[in-house]
Amino acid sequence: MAHGWEMQLDESVVVLGQDVGVNGGVFRATAGLQARFGKDRVQDTPLAEATIAGMAVGMATHGLKPVAEIQFMGFIYPALDQIVNHMSRMRYRTRGRLSCPVVIRTPHGGGIHAPEHHSESTETLLCHIPGIRVVCPSSPARAYGLLLAAIRDPDPVMFLEPARLYRSIRQEVADDGRALPLDRCFVLREGGDVTLVTWGAMTVETLRAACELAAAGIEVEVIDLATLSPIDSETILASVAKTGRLVIVHEAARNLGLGAEIAALVAEHGLYDLKAPIQRVAGFDTVMPLFKLEHDYIPGIERIVDAVRHTLAN
Amino acid sequence: MPTVVEFQIEYRQTLDPKGGIVAPLPPFAADTEELLRMYRAMTHQRLFDAKAVNLQRTGQLGTYASSLGHEATHIGVAAAMRPEDVLAPVYREIGTQLWRGVTMLEILTYWGGDERGNDFAGPRADFAWCVPIATQTLHAAGAAMAFKVRKEPRCALAYIGDGGTSEGAFYEALNVAGARALPVVFVIVNNGWAISVPVSEQTATRTLAQKAVAAGIPGVQVDGNDVFAVRATVAEALEAARRGSGPTLIEALTYRLSDHTTADDAGRYRGAEEVEQAWTLEPLLRLRQYLYQSGAWTQAQEQALHAECARAIDAAVSEYLKRAKPSTDAMFEHLFAAMPPHLREQRATARKYGGKPGSH
Repeated sequence: MAHGWEMQLDESVVVLGQDVGVNGGVFRATAGLQARFGKDRVQDTPLAEATIAGMAVGMATHGLKPVAEIQFMGFIYPALDQIVNHMSRMRYRTRGRLSCPVVIRTPHGGGIHAPEHHSESTETLLCHIPGIRVVCPSSPARAYGLLLAAIRDPDPVMFLEPARLYRSIRQEVADDGRALPLDRCFVLREGGDVTLVTWGAMTVETLRAACELAAAGIEVEVIDLATLSPIDSETILASVAKTGRLVIVHEAARNLGLGAEIAALVAEHGLYDLKAPIQRVAGFDTVMPLFKLEHDYIPGIERIVDAVRHTLAN
Repeated sequence: MPTVVEFQIEYRQTLDPKGGIVAPLPPFAADTEELLRMYRAMTHQRLFDAKAVNLQRTGQLGTYASSLGHEATHIGVAAAMRPEDVLAPVYREIGTQLWRGVTMLEILTYWGGDERGNDFAGPRADFAWCVPIATQTLHAAGAAMAFKVRKEPRCALAYIGDGGTSEGAFYEALNVAGARALPVVFVIVNNGWAISVPVSEQTATRTLAQKAVAAGIPGVQVDGNDVFAVRATVAEALEAARRGSGPTLIEALTYRLSDHTTADDAGRYRGAEEVEQAWTLEPLLRLRQYLYQSGAWTQAQEQALHAECARAIDAAVSEYLKRAKPSTDAMFEHLFAAMPPHLREQRATARKYGGKPGSH
């Protein structure tokens, strides 16, 4: 829907990727766009991720605004050379002469019973690259508003779409062309006892944990990070100043996951607000298992609840 | 102006779609038992494949990539390889894998979402299924380099799909294999479709076999629905590789009669007439006709074979369905040869919360 709005409004917006044309994308995110805007503006590419990212660099530097799809995050790696060495630093190394207004959309995370390499959460790899924004919406409405913002942004944006939310959440979304701000967190639930920071599909488990805790008289504040890089530290620090306790929840592996960066930010700027050690509830430092065990890998409500109780016990 | 290079691409076919002979038969065709072994394997593959799709449809298997229509290519390749050769499959080549000793239970276990399916009891040296497109072609080149360095008379064989030939890794593999004269054979299974993208939109080349030309290696096209031609062509390429003559690229022309996977709906992007036409060219039909015509096979034998396959498949399925889910410890085992301390801690956490999937 956001694609359609912006393509109607801005002729330079083009969609490219594998199976995005007639097929409308394997998750149907581009359904109907080729029929509406034609084959020049909605292009099926050859099956090659480096082609998609490299072509997007060339197109973006020369008058187009490519919105590219990488079919699954596990297949993004051939594109990384282009993203790291060119897309992210085109503006920087040409001193502003050329730029790359590209959006790369890709499904993120597990929980959809998918084959091998289809369920990873490797946002940390992308967040470590200077010069790109990394965004991960947590609902259809935020996906719409943030995608519009990403397409309008003058710099490259990696847009990670939580795969298990594609079909699990049904929500009416106004097609009003209103973008949401990039670089801002969303406070999904207010509370004064503990701050919970999360993003993407993990907002679902985190909000359910918050409900469970509320029943026991514990009020947690749930922050949806939304833009994973650069981080809106202001919102997080303000919340921690209020609650004095922080739990970070993510599906990605713990080791150098984004939780580490958030914990470091709070340690640097909000240490004296803390009443207890920061807790991380994260995926394990192993390969995302095939689907028989994926729900044993993805943090569940009970782990989140226990971590919150643990920080309150201090 | 002088011409520096010219090339030709041969097309090989032995059996026409009706089972008629259109070229001299390869020597193995004289061995009826061997032909029947191939025919039985193709039939078994087709019936097992249908069962796997059915298991997915009834929620007992994950997403599955059917090999319907690919049987001649898979079995032709398998029969041409030696057991000590190494296979680098993609994710659809179950015919070749079954022939080489991968079990139905292993195939179902893998597509059922359990890594134990990759631990082949039979072909221990073969690579596992390979989902990241074209990456396996370089593994085959590397294995071939190992055979060359270690002076072992073995070959590697990598499969790739038509879509996969657009990836850089494919060209890199052809290039290094040619430059170092490696004992490797690349088989492109050109089934016409890379999910929704037809070959004609994947590349401007008339054949995929000619992609070999730029790597300086031989390329040949074969009717991938003709098990005689596939086996003969692959055997020739493997023997050349074993002799030290280097790699070959083989393009097997077939058709994906199924959806891309069970998660796909091909009706969205291709017409029914095209699929109907492809059914007239499918590989079992022509081999069966040939066997009937040559008196090597009867309808009664055909029926008995189906019954026998069904029994074996049902036994494997029931073993699969009885197999318990792996314990949460499996997530941490085999990541490193020896488990580091932080994973021991995380294993304990997983045990504590295991089987308590929260909201799921």
